[in-house]
Amino acid sequence: MALQSLDIQRRSATTTPSPGARTTTEVAKLIDISKCIGCKACQVACMEWNDLRGDVGTNVGVYDNPSDLTENAWTVMRFAEVEVEQGKLEWLIRKDGCMHCADPGCLKACPAPGAIVQYSNGIVDFHEENCIGCGYCITGCPFNVPRLSKKDGKAYKCTLCSDRVSVGLEPACVKTCPTGAIVFGAKEDMFEHAEERIVDLKERGYKNAGLYDPAGVGGTHVMYVLQHADKPELYSGLPNNPSISPLVSVWKGVTKPLATAVMALVAFAGLFHFVAKGPNEVSREIEKEFEE
Amino acid sequence: MKRDPKDLVRYTAQERLNHWVVGMSFILLALSGLALFHPAFWPLTQLFGGGTWTRILHPFVGVLMALSFLGMVLRFWRLNVITPTDKQWLHRVREMVDGDDHNMPEAGKYNGGQKLLFWLLAGCMVLLAVSGVVMWRTYFGFPVGMVRLASMLHAATAALMIGLIIVHVYAAILVKGTIRAMWYGTVTRPWAKQHHPAWFRETTGRK
Repeated sequence: MALQSLDIQRRSATTTPSPGARTTTEVAKLIDISKCIGCKACQVACMEWNDLRGDVGTNVGVYDNPSDLTENAWTVMRFAEVEVEQGKLEWLIRKDGCMHCADPGCLKACPAPGAIVQYSNGIVDFHEENCIGCGYCITGCPFNVPRLSKKDGKAYKCTLCSDRVSVGLEPACVKTCPTGAIVFGAKEDMFEHAEERIVDLKERGYKNAGLYDPAGVGGTHVMYVLQHADKPELYSGLPNNPSISPLVSVWKGVTKPLATAVMALVAFAGLFHFVAKGPNEVSREIEKEFEE
Repeated sequence: MKRDPKDLVRYTAQERLNHWVVGMSFILLALSGLALFHPAFWPLTQLFGGGTWTRILHPFVGVLMALSFLGMVLRFWRLNVITPTDKQWLHRVREMVDGDDHNMPEAGKYNGGQKLLFWLLAGCMVLLAVSGVVMWRTYFGFPVGMVRLASMLHAATAALMIGLIIVHVYAAILVKGTIRAMWYGTVTRPWAKQHHPAWFRETTGRK
């Protein structure tokens, strides 16, 4: 994570260009939900590679385990039993985690310079040594992904194995997936692969099969092949057409220059008023009244 | 500083102390808040021991300011009830800005502008305190929709409040003989007669 990177496209709370001498191919992870069997090998591989161990939790009555993303669980399988049509029950299992948005709400919201970066390959990475623990990234994220650690107060999430990808390896979850439900490569190639899968699914009766690469966040670098692309909410609440909240956009957009300008203007107005009109002093007449 | 026994007491030591607790916490909050608001102000985090310390300290100072501000409101709200005279004063604020307050409607302990500022600041303080708590992730877990709204409001209200405080401080600098009221608690009789004639009559019984 702290390795020097020369392929940074965007850097949080930074108004000058980031080191971007090197340009890398835009990558994507493609998760084909129709091929996922819910074995959680990806969760294990993630813990293994990143050397993270969550606390032992409790059974909440469903297969989800852990039941939510945590600072130590950067990816979790979400199991949804959905009756897609009368009498047709489907088990939709979605591998949840950071979507690596092209327009990342976390990076936009982050006030700490360089705590969040986006590489030219599209990966959005947290640099925890710069993180101040305010949680603005959570406020900015349209997918509810980052988690603050109770131990160190820093925010954590999936790195898309930026360390592995930077040396030409695929992410750990991809490496381990036994069914080939997760594939990784150039985003362009992933489009092609997804197209083939969608054709196959349509042939098998999933007429609404499609790719989830939401335009509202400029597309993502983690994409899904969905059997029911018309209803992403079926997949444990995957947002339909997500985007950065307008409140966050206003807060981190127009408010910043506008408020700064207003404050500066008021201060200068005071200075110039003083210069133009001078101090308001007690008049000579009133002062004389009190002189004995 | 020569102390004239004829000077009028405007603020007790307790009132001044309360004011300066609010004032100091405001300065700390403005500096640390700006640091987290715009990258241009980020270097201000150094005053607080770095980014993480800034994030940790800001809300606690906020609690201090909210509580001490509440003290100010309890002490002064009665004196800041806006009267018809104050409304006239506000209508003619242009004369004051022009540098001549001799013919302004007679102000009591506070003029219309001061009173308006008082209520605006109180409103800002409420918004900042409530939205600040909603944003305080270390101890609270509000729904993200609320946190987003709070974050926007907190930034906008804080900018407004900083603007108002600049006006407040500037007014004290502009009107000579005012700042000492908050340092030593007293003002001269001529000062009172010119700027707050109704209050002058009330306290001295003189015309």
